[in-house]
Amino acid sequence: MGATMATRGPAPMTVGTRLRAVVAFYAVVYRRVWRGSVIGRFLNPLLVVLSIGFGLGSLVDHSSGGVGGHDYLHFVVPAIIATQAMSVALGESTYQVMGYIMWNKMYLAMLATPLSVTDVLAGHLLAVALHLVFASVLFVGVAACLGAFTSWWVILAVPAAVLTGLAFAIPIFGYTARLETDTGFNVLFRFVVTPLMLFSGTFFPVDQLSPFLRPIAWVTPLWHGVELCRDAAYGQVHGADLVHAGALLLFIGLGWVWARWSFTRRLVV
Amino acid sequence: MNDELLVRARGLRKEFGDFTAVDGIDVDVRRGEAFGFLGPNGAGKSSSMRMIGAVSPVSGGELRVFGLDPATDGASIRARLGVVPQTDNLDEELTVEENLRVYGRYFGLSGAVVAERARELLDFAQLTERATDRVEPLSGGMKRRLTIARSLINNPEALLLDEPTTGLDPQARHILWDRLFRLKRAGVTLIITTHYMDEAEQLCDRLVVMDKGRIVAEGSPRALIDEHSTREVLELRFDVDDHLGSAGDVDGIGQRVEVLPDRLLIYTDDGDVALDEVTARGVRPMSSLVRRSTLEDVFLHLTGRTLVD
Repeated sequence: MGATMATRGPAPMTVGTRLRAVVAFYAVVYRRVWRGSVIGRFLNPLLVVLSIGFGLGSLVDHSSGGVGGHDYLHFVVPAIIATQAMSVALGESTYQVMGYIMWNKMYLAMLATPLSVTDVLAGHLLAVALHLVFASVLFVGVAACLGAFTSWWVILAVPAAVLTGLAFAIPIFGYTARLETDTGFNVLFRFVVTPLMLFSGTFFPVDQLSPFLRPIAWVTPLWHGVELCRDAAYGQVHGADLVHAGALLLFIGLGWVWARWSFTRRLVV
Repeated sequence: MNDELLVRARGLRKEFGDFTAVDGIDVDVRRGEAFGFLGPNGAGKSSSMRMIGAVSPVSGGELRVFGLDPATDGASIRARLGVVPQTDNLDEELTVEENLRVYGRYFGLSGAVVAERARELLDFAQLTERATDRVEPLSGGMKRRLTIARSLINNPEALLLDEPTTGLDPQARHILWDRLFRLKRAGVTLIITTHYMDEAEQLCDRLVVMDKGRIVAEGSPRALIDEHSTREVLELRFDVDDHLGSAGDVDGIGQRVEVLPDRLLIYTDDGDVALDEVTARGVRPMSSLVRRSTLEDVFLHLTGRTLVD
């Protein structure tokens, strides 16, 4: 009897169908908020380029003649592509993930269906990746119109920014799934994000840091992302960029293992 | 109804660290029946349900759902089940209809199939007028009906309902029970947990009474009452702080007396005769009530405690 009954039921779903189903949920969610999101994504580069690029930039260029032979505008804006990717990643991997775990328990609703923990995690990360593509393309496009870049190679800053965002989002998905309250996010923002913004070569080269602080930059994803975006924008892609990309892929790979372990522990009890 | 077993559990256990939530239960659920887990909070009902739903790993014993092992065929099992969790996990920012459509895709259903099913289910859940409204402002009863509609999107062979009417007002409960009866008549197997004895009596063909992770009794509501209680119950309230002191006054009346903090329960086949005896002894209760025995009395007799505390 068991055998005959076991053969009933719908055919198993392919990986593609499962991931598309999860991404479709985030697409519906995004459809409700896209107007505000687009305005924010459009205004953000505009304000950054105007204030930091032109405003602060004129001071820097006037007093020290730019940074390493480049105008401050051309030095700082590519780095901000990477920091923006980090911000987008943080927005998507902290309160949102906690909400889906603890508040509206959306992940549990998904797991009551044929979807697995891997499907739920990979699908959500795919949606985050798409959001990063969208945000980075918009940023690069708007900033390019304002003359923030000197080379067409800046197009490569888009995949670099997406990798940077994922290098943050994936481990933070794992971190968030271990939290019982949202106070853990304060630790993340105060002791990880803010220092990274300041010490990853975004606003000034890491050479300016004391030798003790420099190694910190080397082990953070943001510095690697900043270097990649900057090299792309300068049109000076070289061998070291492979190392930077490799470092980001390492964060993504290890982050994936950690996030999947953490999600499984949290959601399958 | 036939004898095909949708769920078969033998010595099923669930442990969380040192805590044993389900302590070796045997359960058979047949296709087409409405089966209940009745017990107070913490009895192990939800843990049992989550194991049957193939979302919570089995700690020990054997479990088969549709003849499949949840450890290896979880996705195939879940594809054929509908699940209504204890607390609604709808996306309240989305519309009623969006919640259904999104969920249908998790089962690999095409957009056209989901749209068609969603229309039928909104009608079934009496939510057609609210289809394009956001979920958040809906009443508790409406959200519950939407969760049930959502659980039916894949045409499940069995529906798992964890405390389906907890927190709803009486009218909303009756609407929900009516919907569940319709599903049962349509041949859907219902597996229900509840700590309401009236819900168990209304909905379940057969149930197990659970306490502290174990099954303490099993049978149809009627058979359980016949086996573990008397036909009628005489409830007496006295103007005292503790009813234990009044128990001696009615000693020997009826077959058995249970003492609760706020009343005495005299188990007897004829409540009016018992009340006459009480009055003849000169005992003057503040109030008295004769009623039929319920599953609440069965639980009290088996465990010495009440279901809802």
